[in-house]
Amino acid sequence: MLQDKDRIFTNLYGLHDWGLKGARQRGVWDGTKKLLELGRDGIVQQIKDSQLRGRGGAGFPAGLKWSFMPKENDGRPHYLVVNADESEPGSCKDREILRNDPHRLLEGCLVAGFAMGAEACYIYIRGEYVLESQRLEAAIEQANEAGLLGKDACGSGWPYHIHVHRGAGAYICGEETALLESMEGKKGQPRLKPPFPAAMGLYGCPTTVTNVETIAVSPEILRRGADWWAALGRPNNTGTKIFSISGHVETPCNVEEVMGIPMRELIEKHAGGVRGGWDNLLAVIPGGSSVPCLPRPTCGSVLMDFDSLREVKSGLGTAAVIVMDKSTDIVAAIANLSHFYMHESCGQCTPCREGTGWMWRVMERLVRGDANIEDIDALLEVTYEVEGHTICALGDAAAWPIQGLIRHFRPEVEKRILDAKKRGQVAAE
Amino acid sequence: MPKLTIDGQEIVVENGMTVLQACEQAGVEIPRFCYHERLSVAGNCRMCLVEMERSPKPVASCAMPAGEGMVIRTDTPLVKKARKGVMEFLLINHPLDCPICDQGGECDLQDQAMAYGFDRSRFEENKRAVKEKYMGPLIKTIMTRCIHCTRCVRFATEIAGVEEIGALGRGEHLEISTLEHAVNSELSGNLVDVCPVGALTSRPYAFTARPWELRKTYSVDVLDAVGANIRVDTRGREVMRVLPRLHEDVNEDWLADKSRYACDGLSRQRLDRPYLRRGGKLQEASWDEAFGATRARLDGLSGDKIAALAGDQCDAESMLALKDLMAGLKSPNLDCRQDGAKLDPSQRAGYLFNTGIAGIEEADAILLVATNPRWEAPLINARIRKRFLLGGLKVGAIGVPKDLSYPVAQLGTGPQDLAELAAGKGDFAKILSAAERPMIVLGMAGLTRADGAAVLALARQVAEKFKMVREGWNGFNVLHTAAARVAGLDLGFVPGPGGRDTVGILDGAAKGDIEVLYLLGADEIDMSRLGDKAFVIYQGHHGDAGAHRADVILPGAAYTEKNGTYTNTEGRVQLGRLAAFPPGEAREDWTILRALSEVTGTPLPYDNLGELRQRLVAVNPVFAALDTRTPAAWGAFGAAGKGDAAPFGETVGNYYMTDPISRSSETMAKCSAELGLGPQAQATGTHG
Repeated sequence: MLQDKDRIFTNLYGLHDWGLKGARQRGVWDGTKKLLELGRDGIVQQIKDSQLRGRGGAGFPAGLKWSFMPKENDGRPHYLVVNADESEPGSCKDREILRNDPHRLLEGCLVAGFAMGAEACYIYIRGEYVLESQRLEAAIEQANEAGLLGKDACGSGWPYHIHVHRGAGAYICGEETALLESMEGKKGQPRLKPPFPAAMGLYGCPTTVTNVETIAVSPEILRRGADWWAALGRPNNTGTKIFSISGHVETPCNVEEVMGIPMRELIEKHAGGVRGGWDNLLAVIPGGSSVPCLPRPTCGSVLMDFDSLREVKSGLGTAAVIVMDKSTDIVAAIANLSHFYMHESCGQCTPCREGTGWMWRVMERLVRGDANIEDIDALLEVTYEVEGHTICALGDAAAWPIQGLIRHFRPEVEKRILDAKKRGQVAAE
Repeated sequence: MPKLTIDGQEIVVENGMTVLQACEQAGVEIPRFCYHERLSVAGNCRMCLVEMERSPKPVASCAMPAGEGMVIRTDTPLVKKARKGVMEFLLINHPLDCPICDQGGECDLQDQAMAYGFDRSRFEENKRAVKEKYMGPLIKTIMTRCIHCTRCVRFATEIAGVEEIGALGRGEHLEISTLEHAVNSELSGNLVDVCPVGALTSRPYAFTARPWELRKTYSVDVLDAVGANIRVDTRGREVMRVLPRLHEDVNEDWLADKSRYACDGLSRQRLDRPYLRRGGKLQEASWDEAFGATRARLDGLSGDKIAALAGDQCDAESMLALKDLMAGLKSPNLDCRQDGAKLDPSQRAGYLFNTGIAGIEEADAILLVATNPRWEAPLINARIRKRFLLGGLKVGAIGVPKDLSYPVAQLGTGPQDLAELAAGKGDFAKILSAAERPMIVLGMAGLTRADGAAVLALARQVAEKFKMVREGWNGFNVLHTAAARVAGLDLGFVPGPGGRDTVGILDGAAKGDIEVLYLLGADEIDMSRLGDKAFVIYQGHHGDAGAHRADVILPGAAYTEKNGTYTNTEGRVQLGRLAAFPPGEAREDWTILRALSEVTGTPLPYDNLGELRQRLVAVNPVFAALDTRTPAAWGAFGAAGKGDAAPFGETVGNYYMTDPISRSSETMAKCSAELGLGPQAQATGTHG
């Protein structure tokens, strides 16, 4: 259980002033100049020591990622790009940061950008986040006026500008290289890697693309020290995390909690528990739509962090906990996700373009029971043909929910097929 | 030079190579669809996945740079499963209509499905159907077959330089489209070649033949002076299609649309028997009658009253035979420059594209004078674009402004602008001075003028002033449009001592000084200037301008119907080969001249092609070096003069109709109506 003294997002619910004055009262922009005085290597080392892992879904060590940026500037500018294109179904954590605590993000942008030698930072914000982008732009204005950003950011002598770029609503533009393509004015299609963005990113320049939450927590880590952060949670899964709890719970909410909190505790303490009690729980998707769901027995014991969830063949993802009680048609729910991934596939590479549509169509048949038992195995095989064979991770994201369904709810799917066959026989007689 | 292990075999490859190229070098076949060695890497078909040590997922070998110490495996179950999976995905929405598909038999998807596909389908849903798209008169689309490799998009954007093809929509609704416009490029036919499936096929060729019933003949193209290497596919006597053949130094993998699609003109408007004008009308005749009438007119005529002009598509052998025949008739009046270009036949460097087509890739500044390479030689234009894409190329132009698919600084319109540049004035002069490998390309529009010799001299001055001719580099280039021109000049098909050139011959014919005019495939002269006094013998293959004016027609062979030698604009000697026999009573051209020489009593000293070619080499040894550019020594050419103030005109007004073959082609007529007049001339919807 996270103690209030360790809480970073103290205005997560927007109860206080989102502006500069309020933010300063909450400790944002406090001694930022001193943080910069740690130097590039100092900052990166602190982040490395804190074992902070990226909050965008993949959980890549943040300090390591920042250290990939070239140490020397070869004439090309360096860029920091903040991925605020939060579109993962179930996930709404970045929205709250952007809306209620934008200065925390801006301070993070300066610190992280400084650590990468970046002169400019672009925040790519989801098009639907209209209010959030307005708040963000207003906050940038405030910070510029206060001299926290601009030619001489926080009096450090480092020129730093932050720009907001609004997306147009494609899920795929949340993929880091598709995001860069979109920012360059092209069609949002993921790029091939290598080269990685740290070598050739935005406009061919060294670029790091990072999630909003990762950036927003980094100044606080530097202020309080890497040890403080590393002491929270479990080794390699440190710190705090905003969880978005939605679905069949009494009080759906965003909440900042310590990493590694038991899932049951998270749901019962913060979301008022599962509708109808824990025994009414059917399944939980623990990390946003793209990770495999977990059945109730697993949910009762699993911890909410990267490694624990990986052990049960799921993932923390964006920590968007989607709770489904027994009233849920789990097959239809997963079919709905399949439709989403089909709709959002960019169409560039073969397995995803063709596979997502195929998977959705089979899923639709499974919802009706209009299938044969062998179709389940064929579907599972198709998911493995998509997974790992695509340019970006959208193919994986489309495959995993179905794999989770078949892994944990195969009897339900089979029952449906057999029932449908029985109905057909009765009708025929 | 990274060293990597591929399937247990160690191999050292060049820097910058990809894993796929390294595998090829190691003799390991990697299936692929989107990868094309002349296009940028897209990596989207995922067919080329291989297993790489320390990588949890298989990697796309086409996009992965070969690195030191990599361990690649292409024969593991993981790789086989990945390939099978990708193949299955490609096929689920593919119509599998191979029996009615024109790509059948030469389809990458078909071939690779044989090797990597399942034997049955597990896909029980409805297949996706995609509406046909309109891409113009040359390209037929069946977009349901498209596998979205984006080769066409990349070809159009990168090689052709027209951003007219793109992918609309996303996911499974991704569709290749030109927004229902014809692709406005002279290289659009190559889209058919790059398409690995039957989505883009040749519209004129649709449903006409299967690849296995065609006889393939390697030849060279004569519809422009590039000398693109081609493969002529024939069924019986009919040329069904013309395809490019790889030649790195000339056309690479590409072919221009006219060269590819004008082949239907080879079976229309053909002269398939001799004709004789009787009572003002051309009437069918026998060879004996035609020769008899010719001899009757030539009998006792003094040589200076006889003249000969050679056309733009003649082979060297027939031009030499005609030259020798004219020598036998004691006529000095002959010219292979029917457009009147003021080229100096005595200075070979003065009429060659000395840099060479491949040499363009080394240039760093190019001055285009009186030329529109996009229409005069699309493949040379593509080379310039290729060089432009490498970066650091500056191009300036004097002449009619045109969109050449790369940025061009317009420096002026006429000879006075060239003179100013020769005097070192202007910004581009600085660029040329600073350039390490500067080039000038002089087009025919500058040479066919009355002041052509002065323009030629000015171009030489520019070349000399900016040191375009230096050790290991000759940047002086003449861009020909006639495939026969360089060979004609090389073998001396030019006025002898005291002889008349083209203008002199035409004037002489009008005045009655020239009584017999022999046109060897010469159709581009103004026939009305001949008057009606001269007796015109036309030897050629099409009923075009020359045949209409002729008094005797001797039916010859088109370039696909004879073995002939051609020299392209860069001086490369290449052999064209007989792919089909000439129609009816038409004969190979040199044999007609050989037979006629017998009739006129001046028999030519060769009885077969071998002997004629020996004579050709004796006349000019350059003809002995096949597929070689013999460098020419630099000398003085052109005639001093200020030049006219009139701006340069255009050599090619309509790309799709420049010669008897393309003028007879239905396909070219359609292109001409839709594209040839340029986008400006197209209907706008409010054009009344």
